[in-house]
Amino acid sequence: MRLVTVLLILLLGAAAVWSFAAARAHGWWFPENVSVFGARIDALFDLNLWITGGVFVLVFALLAWTVARGALPGRARPVHGDLRLELVWTLVPAAIFVGLAVAQLDEWRELKYAGARPHVAVTARVVASQFDWHFVYPGPDRRFDTLDDLETTYELVVPAGEPVVLQLVSRDVIHSFFVPGLRLKQDVVPGMRPEVWFEVRGPADLELVCAELCGWGHYKMAGRVRVVPRAAFDAHLAALERAFRSNGKDER
Amino acid sequence: MTAPSSLLRRRVFSTDHKVIGVQFLLFSAFFLVLGGLTALAIRWQLAWPWSRVPIVGKALYPATGGVMTPEGYTVLFTLHGTIMIFFVIIPLLVGAFGNFLIPLMIGARDMAFPRLNAASFWLMVPAGALIVASFFVASGGPASGWTAYPPLAPIASAAAGRGLGQTLWLVSVFLAGVASTLGALNYVATVVMLRARGLSWTRLPLTVWALFFSAIIQLVALPVLTAGAVLQLFDRFLGTGFYTPAHLVVNQFTPESAGHAVGGQPLLWQHLFWFYSHPAVYVMVLPAMGIVSDVLAVHGRKPVFGYRPMVFSMGTIVVLGMFVWGHHMFVSGLDPAAGTAFMLSTILIALPSSVKVFNWLATLWGSRPRYDAAFLNAVGFVAMFVIGGLSGIWLASTPVDVPLHDTALVVGHFHFVVFGGSVFAAFAALHHWFPKMTGRRLDERLGKLHFAGTFVLTACVFLMMHQLGMAGQPRRVADPYVYAGLAHLKPLNVFISKSAFLLAAWQGFLVVNVVKTLLAKPEGERNPWDANTLEWETASPPPHANFEAELVVARGPYEYGVPDGPRDHRRQVGPG
Repeated sequence: MRLVTVLLILLLGAAAVWSFAAARAHGWWFPENVSVFGARIDALFDLNLWITGGVFVLVFALLAWTVARGALPGRARPVHGDLRLELVWTLVPAAIFVGLAVAQLDEWRELKYAGARPHVAVTARVVASQFDWHFVYPGPDRRFDTLDDLETTYELVVPAGEPVVLQLVSRDVIHSFFVPGLRLKQDVVPGMRPEVWFEVRGPADLELVCAELCGWGHYKMAGRVRVVPRAAFDAHLAALERAFRSNGKDER
Repeated sequence: MTAPSSLLRRRVFSTDHKVIGVQFLLFSAFFLVLGGLTALAIRWQLAWPWSRVPIVGKALYPATGGVMTPEGYTVLFTLHGTIMIFFVIIPLLVGAFGNFLIPLMIGARDMAFPRLNAASFWLMVPAGALIVASFFVASGGPASGWTAYPPLAPIASAAAGRGLGQTLWLVSVFLAGVASTLGALNYVATVVMLRARGLSWTRLPLTVWALFFSAIIQLVALPVLTAGAVLQLFDRFLGTGFYTPAHLVVNQFTPESAGHAVGGQPLLWQHLFWFYSHPAVYVMVLPAMGIVSDVLAVHGRKPVFGYRPMVFSMGTIVVLGMFVWGHHMFVSGLDPAAGTAFMLSTILIALPSSVKVFNWLATLWGSRPRYDAAFLNAVGFVAMFVIGGLSGIWLASTPVDVPLHDTALVVGHFHFVVFGGSVFAAFAALHHWFPKMTGRRLDERLGKLHFAGTFVLTACVFLMMHQLGMAGQPRRVADPYVYAGLAHLKPLNVFISKSAFLLAAWQGFLVVNVVKTLLAKPEGERNPWDANTLEWETASPPPHANFEAELVVARGPYEYGVPDGPRDHRRQVGPG
């Protein structure tokens, strides 16, 4: 049973390493990132993966080795501990963990802290409700909650090559605005109006996923985020405005 | 102390900690089957969405001819999480093994408060009955996830299943919370007051330390969740609005128009909920850590390496564990500065865990293992726990957590901790203490077969969930393939589901083993493993009041590999 156990440990270790090594080739990796900032999150993930991967290989090798060499003659040496070893395997991991945490503080600050928000007006308001995504542009007067607000649903269009700021609003329960291709996720909590920001260099067509359980239809609360050049974005807004002027007045 | 004469008092309404322990064991075994079946139904839907559920489909979903409904799927994962945490793992490790082992391992005749102990079990029975009943409510079972986030959970109009089903869920969680708090109070008092003469704190087996620490977590943090659940009941029935913000329109219902108070905070619940429910992970894993330490020493015939660091690291987990709950809320709208603090505390809590892993490795180093089923499951725990711990670091890293939060990667991560960790430790404990409970050893060949298959299949089920999450498959989604970008993940989901069915079937070897052993003639051996701790100083199974005479402890629990003398170990009791 000794060899079987060693084999099982090595098998699990190899499978775990393979599952990440082979992931890209099989499409099991993150979807392609288009966000300028998302690239830095990907780099941090790689850092995390390499550090934890190194620890993983080391620990599994030690585990397999200790289990493998068990069948020695005589009795075990009755060692109850060793202070120096304890210090080594407390302080070295502590340094690694603290270092890893500190290495990620900048990205977290730029991702979420209000001070890192680009100094631009809110591009659009995202309004989530069971089980649809609605999007509101401020219209020609550039102010929300006025008569010329432009509303659309399912597909959010934003400009490429400039910072985009979205305000997230929920009408009912908690939803979560998740765009895997942007490495962006933010819960949409009723009573709060969180903002998210990102920048995409070129055109892109991305899936929008609801990532917080919001009821029976949670699974189908899909949307899209389409990133287009500035000119196309302006044309899109103009088209929305025309549509609004031609048939929207009666509804208001 | 004499045993009560009536059968009912001895076997059912007993205050004997061993009987209560076995009751908890049977209780959690029953719910393990239920929780496992919900898992299989979930896996069926994820592999073959909207196809007829075999065997039980017609009975559960008559309106659709046996096809699962989206709300039915939501009920399933709500109950799966609730059952596995509150009615399987905690009652199994803390309720069953804690009850059975604490008095025996500290040389006490029973718990400090035997009636409180019985009350703790008998409150779990209605709690369990309510959670089972909630599944059969005509208007739909509870469907807000085991996390029951408001406004989805308390506002009855949010969808089907938020009516009576959700109320039953809340009352059930409340009762389970009270039960665990009573049990925890009892454990702490027992360990503090009733240790045998000579059993100083530094001679306490690590299993007892671990159960003691778990009880402290429950005492400090669990009342917060219990109170939070009461507030949700108030929001539902008394018109309060602790968790309800203004201006909601939920399914054409506005709380204001129904006379409900508003102005509350959905995030308040998340704080109250995770303040206990994250430490609850440590309630589930600390006893496992203690059990594994003891099993590795006894079956490896070598002292636990670094007894004091083992105790200190568990103590660190208890304290630090109270300050990490916010990592469940990194993308919730929590103040990002708080997110920074929670990232630091969460990454730091990996440190005591890694210290424990290195001490287990050092315990194994140069040991003389028997390679029996108890030992193998303990080694399996270490391997699985390492994986779950390391992927936890990614989720603690706030920027990396953003794309991974609420994806299948999180599901894989915590199943390595709770299934790979806690459940393997429970298997190790079962093999190790079954002879004490019943006077019979489990069959080793069946035990090893069960271990090997369970180990491989656990990896098959949970390992690749990491990749699913990276690719963007969200949790709690009845049909991931609604998203075109996830369609290519179907073969992987099918593989995982097939592995899950095999994993469930493989547990048949354990069932056969237990039944076969129970039918066999008892050996009645007092100490079949040549172990040192006090529970082996009495008959198997132990009589009422446990020990024939008062025990006097002379040394620590881990004197194995003794170089001189006929035996390789020195028991805690006696001259040597």
